[in-house]
Amino acid sequence: MKDHFDRQLNYEESKQNIGYVPLKQATMDDWKRIGFMSGLEVHQQLKTKEKLFCHCPAGIFQKKDSYDAELIRHMRPTLSELGEYDGTALMEFKTRKNIVYRIKNETACTYDVDDTPPFKLNREALDYALEIALLSKLNIVGEVHITRKQYLDGSIPTGFQRTAILGVEGELPMKHKKIRLIQLSIEEDSCREISDIGHFRTYSTDRLGMPLIETVTYPDMETPYEVKEVCDYIRFLNRSTGKVRTGIGAGRQDVNVSCIGGTRIEIKGVAHTRWIPKLTHNEAFRQWALLHIREILNERMPKSAVWKMNAQKIDLNNFRFSNLPMTEANKNTFSYHAINLPGFRKILSHFTQPGKMFADEISERLKVIACIEKPNMTHSEEFEPLISEDDFSKMRTLLNASDDDAQIIIWGPEADMKTALETVEERCLWAFKGVPNETRKSFEDGTTIFERVLPGADRMYPDTDSVPIPLLDEYITDLRTKLPTEVIARYHQLRAWNIPEDTDTYIFKKNLFPIIEKIVTKYQIAPKFIGTFIGHTLKFVEGHYKKSPYFNYEMIVGLFRFLKEQSIEVQIAKEMLIVIYEHPKMDFESVLATLKFKRIPKSEILATIPFMKEKFQKIRISSKPEVETQWIMGELRKMSTGNIHPAELKNTIEKTNN
Amino acid sequence: MSEDFFQGYKGAALEMLKKFNVRVWGQAEVDTTRGMFKGTVLPRAENDDDQHIVLKVITGYNIGVDITTVLSMIETGYKKANYKIPEKEFPVTPGLPKVKLIGTGGTIASRLDYRTGAVIPAFSPGELYGAVPELADICNLETEKLFAVFSENMGPDQYKKLAVAIGQEIEKGIDGIIIGHGTDTLHYTAAALTFMVQNPPIPIILVGSQRSSDRPSSDAALNLMHAATAAGHGDIAEVMVCMFGPTSDEYGFLHRGTRVRKMHSSYRSTFRTIGDIPVATVTRNGVVPQKAIYNHRRKDTNVKITPVFEEKVGMLYYYTNMQPDMIDAMVDNGYKGIVIIGTGLGHVNKPIYPAIERAVKKGVAIYMTVQTLWGYVHMFVYDTGRDLMAKGIIPAENMLPEVAYIKLGWALGQTNDLEKVKEIMLTPINDEITSREPYNGYLIYQGGVREIEDFIKKVHK
Repeated sequence: MKDHFDRQLNYEESKQNIGYVPLKQATMDDWKRIGFMSGLEVHQQLKTKEKLFCHCPAGIFQKKDSYDAELIRHMRPTLSELGEYDGTALMEFKTRKNIVYRIKNETACTYDVDDTPPFKLNREALDYALEIALLSKLNIVGEVHITRKQYLDGSIPTGFQRTAILGVEGELPMKHKKIRLIQLSIEEDSCREISDIGHFRTYSTDRLGMPLIETVTYPDMETPYEVKEVCDYIRFLNRSTGKVRTGIGAGRQDVNVSCIGGTRIEIKGVAHTRWIPKLTHNEAFRQWALLHIREILNERMPKSAVWKMNAQKIDLNNFRFSNLPMTEANKNTFSYHAINLPGFRKILSHFTQPGKMFADEISERLKVIACIEKPNMTHSEEFEPLISEDDFSKMRTLLNASDDDAQIIIWGPEADMKTALETVEERCLWAFKGVPNETRKSFEDGTTIFERVLPGADRMYPDTDSVPIPLLDEYITDLRTKLPTEVIARYHQLRAWNIPEDTDTYIFKKNLFPIIEKIVTKYQIAPKFIGTFIGHTLKFVEGHYKKSPYFNYEMIVGLFRFLKEQSIEVQIAKEMLIVIYEHPKMDFESVLATLKFKRIPKSEILATIPFMKEKFQKIRISSKPEVETQWIMGELRKMSTGNIHPAELKNTIEKTNN
Repeated sequence: MSEDFFQGYKGAALEMLKKFNVRVWGQAEVDTTRGMFKGTVLPRAENDDDQHIVLKVITGYNIGVDITTVLSMIETGYKKANYKIPEKEFPVTPGLPKVKLIGTGGTIASRLDYRTGAVIPAFSPGELYGAVPELADICNLETEKLFAVFSENMGPDQYKKLAVAIGQEIEKGIDGIIIGHGTDTLHYTAAALTFMVQNPPIPIILVGSQRSSDRPSSDAALNLMHAATAAGHGDIAEVMVCMFGPTSDEYGFLHRGTRVRKMHSSYRSTFRTIGDIPVATVTRNGVVPQKAIYNHRRKDTNVKITPVFEEKVGMLYYYTNMQPDMIDAMVDNGYKGIVIIGTGLGHVNKPIYPAIERAVKKGVAIYMTVQTLWGYVHMFVYDTGRDLMAKGIIPAENMLPEVAYIKLGWALGQTNDLEKVKEIMLTPINDEITSREPYNGYLIYQGGVREIEDFIKKVHK
């Protein structure tokens, strides 16, 4: 019996060995050291009335359990146009999932469930998407060809997504460098997943078929923060058209990450750009860790080609296994296999991600590929062993294990065991090669789990149900005349206006630049004031007050027109905004009345200053002149707001001699 | 050999490719007024315009380049795609039934056709095994491609050839026959084979698919597995159509070849038994008869093959204000039989009576069926009907219009004696006429009603 090594210590040591540093402590040197590289695929729903290939309304969503009917489909791999089967396709087929679609008559039709061929592509969506393609400086294609992109996870009932390229080779001018774009496509959105348990995966079809664009960048990003910056830029660009949807799920991104020697891993469906830095950082290091594991394994076993695991079905009666986390019912029906992994000692507990070790990679695949719900295994390097050392040593004897090996026990329905065993072996064999190609699902804590095998270009197939759509020069030229100004130009304009940078995200996210521009140019109001009014005040109000469904941002333009026409000092807008936000149907005069505003001539207000000064002398809370000024400003606030600019008031107070 | 190098291109686009020496399957860099495009030149569908060149770009997508924007083009490489379903030898398992799959075309297995941009059928046991390996667990499969035509091009010649081929297979002792067929006219062929192949000792299953097999959600594979199960293991020795029960991937129906009809242009569950219930349901676990009476599988080879068909037979779908010349035209063109699809219980308007009389006098056999599809022709109910019968129109009971057409062609193929034809027409061979219509033989529920909505929420349609 070899030494009983400390698994936790092994984990920490392996983390140190690969030089993992948390994101916050990481520097450019760390990312350079591991060759951090990342690219983006940014999805954005378009604000159209109807779906992309049918006439169902877009943007109406149901609750999970609200549906009129369900139907069941299975997905089979097919050949691509170039005559190849796709790798993911074959894996998905292995999983033998029953896909259940929930249909609500209001939002889905027979097209959505693949019982009717597509109708003509929605021209409104095409217009919007092309506008964004032009803004992204892409080369616009001469003819749009609808292509089928296979998805065998069932997220689209046809088994493929209808998608088409609108432009290739574009460019985004970031603050410090240019980011190249590979392409922009228009496509139909997929179903929303409701649940995925065992052999059943359930989807809702309300989102299915909604028009979506996907902007794909080259892997030009060299730091996790840069990835977020570029992603934000693309989202702001999309929103600058005012023709895209906002809200939960309307914008989603897939982030591709690799490190030197690693492979392109796609982190799917990242909901918030603020998650990006941590996710990309951890993923690059996960790959770095897997490469380190490869090194160790190949050193231990140079003939990896002959590596084989050894598995035995085990009889629970021969073991105690009292701690295995499973129900009594499953205990009786499940099949159990003990597996010996030659040479994997200290590998199972090797660091991969914060809080995760190599063994997790196996367990995640068992869930997805063999459809066995977690917990689906335990192993010899758990921090807190589920199985007694006694049982393990019995098992080692049974498996003829040597001291350099590691063991796992898997369990699940008998029918899934063949796939499960293949899955374990496949993942372990991959450990000798490095990083398996996969797509991964993201979590808020910055970690990811296995989702699918990464599909290749082999899954593309021309859509035989639709004809190509020519894009004539006149049409493109016409669209070009309607484009908004570029986000980067807007960014520079905000700086030229002295509007603080901390307002940018809010302004671009909500596409409020046009509002600011309108107020500044039409009513000659100080841009810095409007910028902070929008970027700070409006943002604050939005975060703290209940918005009326009738409120819209154009009302802010009206507010400033009113103030300008009435020659009311604009400071009062900050107070009026709260009222308008909650009661947008109220006219501005009434809003002023609610605030108990009285028009008082400037001179009258200024005339009170000497008196106020005298009053301050009496209470004299401090001798500092700024305290006096502040006190008087406060006392006069009610009277002065809307009647005199605070700077002018302050100036006059300061200049008035005691 | 320009067609090899510029597959599908014509006119201006073809000139452009020639001018710059770029071939189909060549890797090209195309400089245009809209920027640079790089990709593999793909063939172009014949019906598409001559203003664009199709490229497959590196990401696998296809795009079109407008030739009026092209500044220059160079070919930097060449790689022809080889579209092929991987062929694997179909394994033989002792103990499994021997099933013959006869191919006629259709989308059971298909591949891309660059000429039309649509899909064309592909078919061989190896290809099928490559695409649906599960078949090997059900039966030992042999295949034969009798012809490769689209469903709409199937006709009497094909029916006769099929009937003869089936007879030969039965003679050789096959355990079951599957016929792969496009779905549009599947029910015509099913009727024809019911009449031409009588008293078969084994199941004869016609099968197709509503979604081509180049799609991951295709119904082709499951239909084929169901058909193989019904043909190899089922006890029902009749000509039947095997297609999806509900649109869900759950079970298939076996429809009697004489009572089945395609009822939706695109649904998977498009085939329905009309005026009766389906003979059976089928899953990969086996066939479950729904009807109590059917012809059982036998060990003998006593099948009666009658591969005849009179081609001068047609159908007339009656519409209001139909003029007599419609019938006259058929008679003058030498038609020997006409199936009229009449309104309601089997009616047409008075102005065409003289044309009917003239036709009958010339010895044309005229049979009446109904546009309602469900229900019987009842020509005694109204005077119109009695008049028509008096003029020699024979009511075809509850025979489906397409079935009546097929049967009339088959009957006239055997004899010109109209009395004998009538006897053949009105003596059912396998339920093309039924003596009664069960209550559950007519089920078309309408949505919106609470009880129906509750039903379809629970039961997959």
